[in-house]
Amino acid sequence: MKQALVQRLGFGLLFICITSTLFFLGLIIYFIFTRGISVISWVFLTQAPRNAMTAGGVAPVIAGTLYLTLGSMLFAVPLGLACAIYLCEYSPKGAIVNIIRMSINNLAGVPSVVFGLFGLAVFVKFFGFGVSILSGSLTLGILALPLIISASQEALLSVPQSIREASLSLGATKWETIKNIVLPTALPGILTGVILSIGRVAGETAPILFTAAAFYLRGYPKSVFSEVMALPYHIYALMTEGAHPDKQKAIAYGCSLILLFLVLFISGIAIFLRQRQRSYHG
Amino acid sequence: MKRSAILILAGAMSLALGFGTCFAEKIVLAGSTTVLPIAQKTAEVFMDKNAGADISVRGGGSSVGIASLIDGTCDIADASRPIKDTEIQQAAANGRDPVAHIVAMDGIAVVVNNSNPVSKLSRKQIRDIFTGKVSDWSQLGGSPGKIVVVSRDTSSGTFEAFGELVMKGEKVIPGALMQASNQAVATIVAQTPSAIGYVGLGFMTKEIKPIEIEGIMPSKETVLSGKYPVTRPLFMYSNGQPQGMTKEYLDFVKSREGQDLVEEQGYVGLK
Amino acid sequence: MPRTHLKEKLYKWIFTLLSFSSLIFLIGIVIVLFREGIPIFKEAGFLKFIFGRNWYPTYRPPEFGILPLILASLWVTAGAVIVCIPLGVGSALYLNEIAGYRQKQFLKPVIELLASIPSVVFGFFGMVIVTPFLQKVFNLPTGMTALNASLILGLMATPTVCSISEDALSYVPNAFREASFAVGANRWQTLTQVVIPAAGSGISTAIILGMSRAIGETMTVLMVAGGAAVIPHSFLEPVRPMTAAIAAEMGEAPMGGSHYHALFAIALVLFLITFVFNIAAEIISRRFRIKLGLSG
Repeated sequence: MKQALVQRLGFGLLFICITSTLFFLGLIIYFIFTRGISVISWVFLTQAPRNAMTAGGVAPVIAGTLYLTLGSMLFAVPLGLACAIYLCEYSPKGAIVNIIRMSINNLAGVPSVVFGLFGLAVFVKFFGFGVSILSGSLTLGILALPLIISASQEALLSVPQSIREASLSLGATKWETIKNIVLPTALPGILTGVILSIGRVAGETAPILFTAAAFYLRGYPKSVFSEVMALPYHIYALMTEGAHPDKQKAIAYGCSLILLFLVLFISGIAIFLRQRQRSYHG
Repeated sequence: MKRSAILILAGAMSLALGFGTCFAEKIVLAGSTTVLPIAQKTAEVFMDKNAGADISVRGGGSSVGIASLIDGTCDIADASRPIKDTEIQQAAANGRDPVAHIVAMDGIAVVVNNSNPVSKLSRKQIRDIFTGKVSDWSQLGGSPGKIVVVSRDTSSGTFEAFGELVMKGEKVIPGALMQASNQAVATIVAQTPSAIGYVGLGFMTKEIKPIEIEGIMPSKETVLSGKYPVTRPLFMYSNGQPQGMTKEYLDFVKSREGQDLVEEQGYVGLK
Repeated sequence: MPRTHLKEKLYKWIFTLLSFSSLIFLIGIVIVLFREGIPIFKEAGFLKFIFGRNWYPTYRPPEFGILPLILASLWVTAGAVIVCIPLGVGSALYLNEIAGYRQKQFLKPVIELLASIPSVVFGFFGMVIVTPFLQKVFNLPTGMTALNASLILGLMATPTVCSISEDALSYVPNAFREASFAVGANRWQTLTQVVIPAAGSGISTAIILGMSRAIGETMTVLMVAGGAAVIPHSFLEPVRPMTAAIAAEMGEAPMGGSHYHALFAIALVLFLITFVFNIAAEIISRRFRIKLGLSG
């Protein structure tokens, strides 16, 4: 009898844990949504900032985030995929593979501000790319690399060994097997991983603080060597700089809502797809 | 076939690039966050008037601005402090020649809560408060209460200027609330009856009360006449004597119209 | 035939080469941090730098003691752990042991989705909502305190901790549970005395990774921790964690000067701390997998 009571109390406690987790995280979304929605309008989404960033819209800021995200993926996806292919398809078991695995895990745990400093020292200064889309994209790309590698690995590993053997036994070479059989089969999984890392990269602020972000510029960036405005940095800048706190705060709410929506939407798609793929493979 | 396609593409690209450069002359501004509102607003209005101008404005801080000017990654450096000797040497070594342009004046107002009866302090008294030697308002003729000291971040230009003009190199007590922006300081002082802080004149609001320092109230007039002791000029540095679009922009900032924009952002114009 | 053979070899070499990229970047990061950080150790002295109590980088003469910053990071992280263990692990236990199939099928992806909320949004929320709230409740001069940072960081790490813990719990073989039920234990006893010990190291991995994320998090602490470089005494005071110092001051540090090197050295310390966390997490999780007979 007493045991049953303890069990009920314990389960009740766990129930409180999960409901409060969902409640508090939901609270954030609720506040940003209710206060940000009044700022969102057609003008806000399609025009450039005006009047000392207290009026107009944030279209170039949204575009900046898209450029940076796209750039980082152009860099990270081929590299990450190649890395995953080596680890899953070619790698001889051994010390080298262990070292590579370890470095991927550790790279995943490096604080984002450290990536920012690395980007500053290497891309901005050493290679002389300056504060630019290029520097920011490369920095973000390195940050996304471990995510893409592990997602691609998972996708490649879920391809049944028997398919590979069938292909090899028909006389296809290893590369032909990978190119024609393994990659197409693993593609949905790889794409899911890529989408998921897009969600992560789009919201990162610290890596672009010193490598890509500008406070204000007119219109859209002209080349990969221009600096950009980006949503996450814009929110931070609006809250800490400038001389019109109240008007800036309203715009920051709008930007937060857009960023939150973008990230949740993108990640939502990826998680939904992954869920389906996983239940597919059993 | 393939080759001609590449040729056409290359031609189109170089054309686009060429047009880009001759249509819009790009100016990059980087530096002090204090000057940022001025730079942003003047750049915006300037670009409205000159279709050919393409200005980008970046914060980062005075040091970053000057460093960028030295290594050639920006055209104008915003600074809330004069350039340092070491920086002049570095610039010379890189073949760069920073030229100062004063674009506005900024007064740093020492502020207290509206409910605080204290309205006058000497520079020494302020220094004693910020170093922690005086810790209760009753020691200064106010109503008893522990003084809450609010300061700007050690990294900000405002902190540096305050340190030089008021603190004379003495250290702010480590327990001070170090705030990242003028806004934050003003908010805390407005909400805390026993607080004292300092903000740029541009950030004065009705919710906080400025203190007379050595009998002088901070205002446009006292800052311009030099009577108010905690005043600093705000700079834009160009490389060499400005030319082309950079010159036009700097002339605009210094013009009547530009200075009106400066005042609109809460700083003291030169005219 | 030799030509395809050559091609095969070529591909293999390309992939081998590219697969070293992570390692190269990691080494690159270490080299950059050491190269840019070492000069300050020479200038200020290693022990004085790490254990110095005064952080006055812009004074003449400057003082570079980062103890207050390190302690602030640890302090805030400890607070975050207090928040995210009950929330994260508790939620994971609920999902794994109590929730029905459909409930879990719905809640698990929702929590994964919440893990993707960007840190700057958390920071913004902390600034505009939590700060005034704390200020009112505790009657403080400022709501930007260690407590605020801990709450936000803890909440932020919760979905990550929950997801990884839930994975660990799901690896515990059902046979363990069935054996426990067979000897008459109820579900709660099974959970506390069989499942949690079995998944213990997996859950520890989750918590360590959560800590690693919290200590390296930049934007939230920059926006809500208040920024006073003092050795923390209570949760109701503003503090200045390492990441906040780097992000806030990099802009004002003259390139190549002592302050610049000091900030890289802070990043180096931070990197080493998270490195230790990550290695620990990896070792524990490897043991966990071996213990449960999963592939290494």
